[in-house]
Amino acid sequence: MATVSSSTESALVLGRPSLAEVTRTVAGIVERRTPRAWWAAFALTGSLTLVLLAMLGYLVTTGIGVWGNNSPVGWAFDITNFVFWIGIGHAGTLISAILYLFRQRWRTSINRFAEAMTLFAVACAAIFPMFHVGRPWRAYWLFPAPNAWLDLWPNFRSPLIWDVFAVSTYGTVSLLFWYVGLIPDLATLRDRAQSRARQVIYGVLSLGWRGSARHWNHYEMAYLLLAGLSTPLVLSVHSIVSFDFAVSLLPGWHTTIFPPYFVAGAIFSGFAMVVTLMVVARQAFGLQHLVTMKHLENMNKVMLATGLIVGYAYGVEFFIAWYSGNPYERFAFVNRALGPYSWAYWIMVGANVLAPQCFWFRRLRTSVPAMFAISILVNIGMWFERFVIIVSSLHRDFLPSAWGMFRPTWVDLLTLAGSFGLFLTLFLLFVRFLPLISMSEVKGMMAAREGA
Amino acid sequence: MNGKQYWRSLGQRRESAEFRQWLEREFPEQASEWTGSRRTLLRLMAASFGLAGLTACRRPAERILPAGRGVEGYVPGRPLYYATIMTLSGLATGLLVETHEGRPTKIEGNPEHPSSRGAATAFAQAAILSLYDPDRSRSVLRQGRRSSWEELAGFLRSHFEAAGRGEGLWLVSSAIGSPSLARLKALLLEKHPRAHWIEYEPLGREQELEGSRLAFGRALQPQFRFDQAEVILSLDADFLGLDCLAPAWITAFARRRRVSSPSDGMNRLYVVETAYSLTGAMADHRRRARPSEIPALAQELARELGLAASLPVVQPGAPRSWAEAVARDLKRHRGRCLVLAGPRQPAAVHALAHWINHALGNVGRTVYYTEPAVRTQAERLHDLAAEAASGGLRTLVILGGNPAYNAPAELDFAALMRKASVSIHLGPEADETAALASWHVPEAHFLESWGDGRALDGTASIQQPLIEPLFGGKTAAELVALIAGYPRQRAYELAHEYWTAQWPKGDAERIWRRSLHDGVIPETAFPEIRPAPDVPRLRSLSAAPPPAGAELEVTFLPSASTYDGRFANNGWLQEAPEPVTKLTWDNAALISPATARRLGLQAGDLATLERAGRRIVMPVWIQPGHADGAVSLTLGYGRLRCGRVGRGVGHNAYPLRLSGAAPEAAALRLSKLGRKYPLAVTQEHHSMEGRPLVREATLEQFRRQPDVAARQGPKTEPFSLFREHAYTQGHQWGMAVDLNACIGCNACLLACQAENNIPIVGKQQVRRGREMHWIRLDRYYAGGEDDPQVVWQPVACQQCEMAPCETVCPVAATNHSPEGLNDMTYNRCIGTRYCANNCPYKVRRFNFLDYHKGLEEVQKMAYNPDVTVRMRGVMEKCTYCVQRIEEKKIQAKAEGRPLRDGEILTACQQTCPAEAIVFGDLNDPESRVSRLKRDPRNYSLLGELNTRPRTSYLLKLRNPNPEMESLESS
Amino acid sequence: MPLPFTRSADRNLRIFFSAFLLIITGSITLFSFYSRPQATEIGYSPVQPVPYSHKLHAGNLGMDCRYCHTGVEQSAQAGVPAAEICMNCHARVKSQSPLLAKVRESYQSGRPVPWVRIHRLPDYVHFNHQAHVLAGVSCVTCHGRVDQMAEVRQVAPLSMAWCLDCHRDPAPFLRPRELVTRLDWQPERDPRELGGELMAARGIRPPLNCSGCHR
Repeated sequence: MATVSSSTESALVLGRPSLAEVTRTVAGIVERRTPRAWWAAFALTGSLTLVLLAMLGYLVTTGIGVWGNNSPVGWAFDITNFVFWIGIGHAGTLISAILYLFRQRWRTSINRFAEAMTLFAVACAAIFPMFHVGRPWRAYWLFPAPNAWLDLWPNFRSPLIWDVFAVSTYGTVSLLFWYVGLIPDLATLRDRAQSRARQVIYGVLSLGWRGSARHWNHYEMAYLLLAGLSTPLVLSVHSIVSFDFAVSLLPGWHTTIFPPYFVAGAIFSGFAMVVTLMVVARQAFGLQHLVTMKHLENMNKVMLATGLIVGYAYGVEFFIAWYSGNPYERFAFVNRALGPYSWAYWIMVGANVLAPQCFWFRRLRTSVPAMFAISILVNIGMWFERFVIIVSSLHRDFLPSAWGMFRPTWVDLLTLAGSFGLFLTLFLLFVRFLPLISMSEVKGMMAAREGA
Repeated sequence: MNGKQYWRSLGQRRESAEFRQWLEREFPEQASEWTGSRRTLLRLMAASFGLAGLTACRRPAERILPAGRGVEGYVPGRPLYYATIMTLSGLATGLLVETHEGRPTKIEGNPEHPSSRGAATAFAQAAILSLYDPDRSRSVLRQGRRSSWEELAGFLRSHFEAAGRGEGLWLVSSAIGSPSLARLKALLLEKHPRAHWIEYEPLGREQELEGSRLAFGRALQPQFRFDQAEVILSLDADFLGLDCLAPAWITAFARRRRVSSPSDGMNRLYVVETAYSLTGAMADHRRRARPSEIPALAQELARELGLAASLPVVQPGAPRSWAEAVARDLKRHRGRCLVLAGPRQPAAVHALAHWINHALGNVGRTVYYTEPAVRTQAERLHDLAAEAASGGLRTLVILGGNPAYNAPAELDFAALMRKASVSIHLGPEADETAALASWHVPEAHFLESWGDGRALDGTASIQQPLIEPLFGGKTAAELVALIAGYPRQRAYELAHEYWTAQWPKGDAERIWRRSLHDGVIPETAFPEIRPAPDVPRLRSLSAAPPPAGAELEVTFLPSASTYDGRFANNGWLQEAPEPVTKLTWDNAALISPATARRLGLQAGDLATLERAGRRIVMPVWIQPGHADGAVSLTLGYGRLRCGRVGRGVGHNAYPLRLSGAAPEAAALRLSKLGRKYPLAVTQEHHSMEGRPLVREATLEQFRRQPDVAARQGPKTEPFSLFREHAYTQGHQWGMAVDLNACIGCNACLLACQAENNIPIVGKQQVRRGREMHWIRLDRYYAGGEDDPQVVWQPVACQQCEMAPCETVCPVAATNHSPEGLNDMTYNRCIGTRYCANNCPYKVRRFNFLDYHKGLEEVQKMAYNPDVTVRMRGVMEKCTYCVQRIEEKKIQAKAEGRPLRDGEILTACQQTCPAEAIVFGDLNDPESRVSRLKRDPRNYSLLGELNTRPRTSYLLKLRNPNPEMESLESS
Repeated sequence: MPLPFTRSADRNLRIFFSAFLLIITGSITLFSFYSRPQATEIGYSPVQPVPYSHKLHAGNLGMDCRYCHTGVEQSAQAGVPAAEICMNCHARVKSQSPLLAKVRESYQSGRPVPWVRIHRLPDYVHFNHQAHVLAGVSCVTCHGRVDQMAEVRQVAPLSMAWCLDCHRDPAPFLRPRELVTRLDWQPERDPRELGGELMAARGIRPPLNCSGCHR
C-alpha cells in the first residue's frame, strides 16, 4: 500500500529535489530577469488585447450591426464566445476544489495554474454578456438594483438573470479561493525579495503571513471551506448557462440533456486549455520535474473520459430528436448534420469525439507533441460546439420564410481573436509575477512523503 | 380625435394668407413645436442621454413655441383628416389624409370614393415619404442654373408672343384625367391652333381602347363588376396587382371569396400569363404562356365559344383542351362570367375579350362600357420624332413624366429633345428629362397643391392640399395657364373656377364645400354606354401571329416598387419586397427554371440582353412558374438622374422596350456574362417543408369536411408549466387574417411602415437579413418548381397569450397587458435579442444600427407623433397599433360610451383592399373577429407550441374546375 | 536591509482597507440619493421670456386654467396659449406695458414667444391630458398650486414610480370633473371614499401595463 502510494507520488515530483530546490525553481521564475521571449509574447498578446478594446469601442459607438448577427440569428459569436470562455473556466475549480476534496494529490502542482486560468477565462467570458446587448450603457439593469425613477426589478424568470448571478458568484469564489491559496507563497516571495518594492507589494499581498501554526491552521480551514463552497459551483455555473438554451422553445435548444452535457463539455475544454498552456509553460520554465508526465497523463485521461461523455451527448441528442417524433426537432438535427452549417458540425465531432480517442494509447497519452496537438483540436472543437448549438439552431427554426444565414464580419473575428489576446496577456502577467506552482502544497506533499 | 374631421372653415383654409405663411414659415421650427414633433427632434438627444447613463442629469432648457395667432377650430395635439385624391397615370383614387400640426403623416383610403372604398394602395401609402423627400427639386432651373418662376413667366410671355399660332410647339403631358386641366388644354390649343399636345404614359393602356375601337367602332372604357362574376378569365391582366386601376376592384373580387360555411359559394379565376403576378397567385387555374401564345389562346377560346370559326387556326401546340374546358365553364355561367385582357396584350386580344363578353351576355352585368377617363397616345410620339427630324420642332413642353427615361427606345427621345430650341420640363425631381431641358420647373406634390381628377368610372374629385408646397412647386395646370396666358394663375383658382362654373350660381359654393368634405363630386360618374359589336369586323380579325421560332420572348412589367420609375426615390417602396420574387432594391430578368437550366444560368448571374441591336446588362432571377422560353423585365429601375435613394438602383430595361402593337413578341438574345450580382431578397427559402403553416384546401374538400383546417394540423393536447392567465375581463384584442382573401399586395406592409415610424435600412442591411418591416408577407410555393401555386401569409407579432418572448427578457421590457397585448417597451429594452431568438414566428425586429441617423428636418416631419421612434440597440415589433387602440378608448371614455366593434382599425386592416384583416374584441361574442374565430376555417399558426396566438388565420381555399384536374395532372 | 513592515503595519492595513470600503459605499449611497428625481426634478423653475404670473392671473384674478390652456379637455396636450389669447385682454388692459412687449410683438408678427418648458416627459412617454382631466384628476395633482406661484416651478418628480403610485391607487386623487381646475378645492369627506365612488361610477381603471404610456 505504502509502496504504491509512494511510487505514484514519486511520479508527481521527479529527481527527489530538496524543498529548497523546489522553492528556488518556482520562485526563481518570478525573481529572474524578464526573459526576452516573455517580452515578445507579451507584445503579441498585448496588441491583440488592444484590438479587443478597439473592437468593443467600435461596437459601442456604432451598434450590434457591426457584427454579423441578424434576424433570425440574434446570437452568434457573442454568446458562442461567452459560453466557450465560461467553459474554459471550469478546469480550475474542478482541479482545485473537487480533486482537493477527493485528496487527489496529483492536483498540487497544477491547481494554481488552473485556477489562474479560470479567473482569466471568466474575465474574458464576462465581456460578452456585457457587450452583446444593444445598449451596453443600460446593462446595469441586469442587476437587481432598485431604481428611484422606474421602480422596476429585473425579470427573475429570465435565464439571463440567472447567468448574472451564477457567473458573478463563480468569479468571486474562484478569486477568493485562488488568492487564499496564494498567501503562503506570496509570503515566501516577500521573504526572498531583494528590492524594497517587491518586499512591500508581496508583503501587503501576503497579509502578514508568518507561517505560524495558527496561521496554517486557519489557512487549511479556510481553504477547505472554500473548496466545499466552490464545488457545487462547478456544476451550477454551466448548468445555468445551459438553461439559456434549454429553457427556450427553439428546436435544438429545448433539451433536458443540456446541463450535464454542458458541464462535461466545460471540464473537457477546461482541461484541454490547461494542457495546452501547461505543456508550453513547463517547457519554458523547466518545470518537468514538478509538472510531470504523470500530471499530464492524468489530465489526458480526464479529457478522454469527458470527451466520451460529450460524444454520448451528441449521439443522444439525435436519438431523442428522432424518438420525440417532433418534426421541428428532427429537422433541426438533420439540418445540423447535413445543412449549410454541417461543416461546423463535423469539425466539432471530429475534434471533440474522434481526436481524444487517441488517448486510449499510452504512447500518445504520454507524448507531449501529441497531447498538445489534441488539446488544441479540442479547444477548437469546443468553440464550434457552441457555435453549432447557437447558430445552426437559430438560423432555421419554425417558419421557413424566416430562415436565414449568419456570416461573421471582420469585427466578429477580431473580437474573438482579441479575447484570446486578453486571456493570454493576463496569463503572461501571472506567470511573470506570481508563483505558477503552489510551492507550499508541493513541499507539503513532499514533506508528507518524507514522513511516510 | 373624433373620426375624420374636415374643413372647419373653408375661408380660413383658403384665403387667410397668414395661415399659409404660418405653415410655411413654421416648418423649420415646427420640429420643436408640441409634443408630436418634439419627439422626432429629441430622438438623437435620447441617445446621448442614454450614453450618459443618467437621465437624471440637469436637463437642457427646452422651448415651447405656440403660434403667434391661433388657428380657428384647431387644437394642438389633435390630428385632422382631410379628403383628397392621388392620381396615377391620370386615374384618381380617393384618399383621407391625417395631419398633425399641419404635417400630413398618414394616408388612408376614402370610403366615399368609388375607386378606393376605404382602401389605399402601397403607392398611396408611400406617397407621404415622397412628399417629404429632400431630394425633390427646389427651384426653377434655367440651363441647370437656379432661376425663378417670375423669370420663367417673363420668358414665356415674350417667347409665346413670338410663337404666334403655335407653330413648332409640342406639349407632352402625362395622362390627363383632370377636367380643369383638360379645359386649359383646350384653351391653349385654341390660342395656339398649330400646337400639338400628346398625352403619354409609359404604362399607357392604348391597346385596351384600340381593342374597343375594333370591337365597337369607338374607344370605350370597359368597367368591371368583379363582385357579379362567378367565373373570371384573365388574359395576362394582373387586375389584382399592377394592372389594377382601382383598389375597389380587389375589394369586389375578394368579397366573392368569402366562405364561412360549406354552403357558401366562391368565384373561380382562370389566369393566363407569362410572369408570376398577384392575380396569377390567386388563380384557381393558372396557365403560364409565352407572350405570343396568349393571343393564340384567346383565339382558340373564341373558336371554342363558336364565335370565330373563320379565325385562322392557331399554330400547333396551342392548348386546345385547356381552352375547351374554360370555354365550357364560361358557357355554364352566361351573364355571370367575365373575360378581360391585360394592357400588354395587342388590341385584337382586347377586341376578342369584348366580343366574348358580349356573346356570353356579360355586357351590362359583369362588364359595362363608358367614355374612357383618360386617352393616352404613345403612338403620336412618332409624329413628334418626325417633326423633330424635319427640324420643325421649336418648343417642347413636358408636363410631368420623364420621357427621356421611359419613352420607346427607338425614338431616342434624348436626341429629340436637343433638337428643340426651347424645352420646358415640369417634374417633381431634376430627372433625366430635366437634365436635357432648357427650363425645369419643380412640380408640386399632390398633397401640397390644388387640382382635380377623375376615377376610372368618371367620378370627379377635388384634390385639396394639406400643406403649402415645401419646395415651391407648381402644378401642370399653373404652367399651362401661364403658357396660355390665362388670366387666373393660382392652382386653387383654376380648380375652383372650373367647378363652380359647372354648378348653379346659388349653391355652387355649398356643393364645392360638400365635394371637399366628401372627397367626391356628386353626379359626375360617366353614364353607361351600350355598344353593339361590329361582328363582320371581328370575324375578319386575327390576333397578330408570333414571329416564328423566337428563341426567347420578352415582356415588360411595371415595378411593384417604382411603378414606371417615378417612385424610384421612395425608400419605403424600394425596400418593400416585390411580392412574388421578394426582391428588394433591385429588378432582375425573370426566367423559368427550365429556361435557366437550358441557358446554364443561376439566380444572380449577370447577363447581357440584346434586342433589335440594343443591349443592356441585368442580373437574372429564376422564377418558378414563369413561362419557359420567355424573359420578363421589370421597368422603372436604373434611374441615373434621381435622388440619393434611387440613383443607380437596379437596371434600366427601357432601352429594350420598343413601341408598336405587341412589342413583347419580338425576339431577345440573352447571354451569360460570367459575373455575379448581389441581390437582396427577404425570403430565401420557399417551401413549407411539409409543415402546416399555410393551410389550404379546395372548396370541395372544405364542403366534405368543414374542419379540414384543424385536420391538417398536428394532434396535440398542449399544457403549460406556467400558471395560465384567464383573459376574461375588459377588452381582449385579437385578429383574424383570411388567407383566402389576402392577395399579397404589400399595402399592409407599407401602411404599417407609415403608421409605426419603421425605418428604411438599405440594400446591404437587407442582404444581412435586417429588414425592419413589422409585417412579413410570407410567400410559399406549392407543387413542382416549374409550375407551382403560390400562397401568401402575412405574419406580424401574433400577440401570444403565452408569449415565449416575455419569459426570457431579463429586464421585463416585453410584458403582457391585461387586454392580451404583448407590450414591447422600447425605453426599457437593453437589446439582448433573447426574445427574438425565442420567438417561433421570428417577427421581432432589432435596431442593429441607428437607422434614423442623419435625417433632414423635413424627413422627420413624416413621423407619426403617436409612436416612439426607436433608437439603436432596442427590439421592436407589431403592437396591434396600440396607439390607435388607446386613442379610441380615450375618445370613447370622453364621450361616455362603450367602444363600438370596428371602431378601432389597425393600420394594416384599414388599408387592406381585400378586407382580409379583421381586428377586434374577443370578449364581445358579436364582434366580427369573434365570429371569424368561430369560423370552421380558423386555425392558429404553430398552435401546437401552445403559444396561444391572438392572431389566427383562415384556411386558404381554391375552387378548381373538376374537369380540369385531369389535364393538369397530365 | 531593514524589514519593510513595523509592528503597526497590520493595523494600518486594516484601517486603510475599511476606510476604502467606507468611501466607496458612501459615495454610491450619496450619489443614488441625490440623483433621485425628487432631488433633480422638483423645484425646476427657469426664467421665462415674459414674466407671466400665474399667481396674479389664476390666483388673484381667478381665471380658469382652461381659458388659456384650451386643449386640456380635448387633446393630449393642454396647449400653451397663442399671443392672441393674451391680447384678448391686453389689447385694452396694460396695453402699453413694456413687460408685454414680447407678447405684442408676437401677436403682430405671428412669431411665437419662446416659453421655456418646465414639465417635461421623455419622448417615449405618451401622457394624455384629456384622459386624466376627464377622469377627474385635478391640475393640482401634478402641477401643484400654480395659482400661488409667481413663477411656475415643478412640484412633482414626474417619474414613472410617481405615476404608478397614482395609477395603482387613484381613489385619493379623484374629484368631480367640473372641479378639476379648482386648485384650492378640498373634499368635505374622505377623499378615498369619494374617489372610490367616482371610479365605480365612471369605470376608471388606470392602466398599469407598459403600453398604457409607452407606445
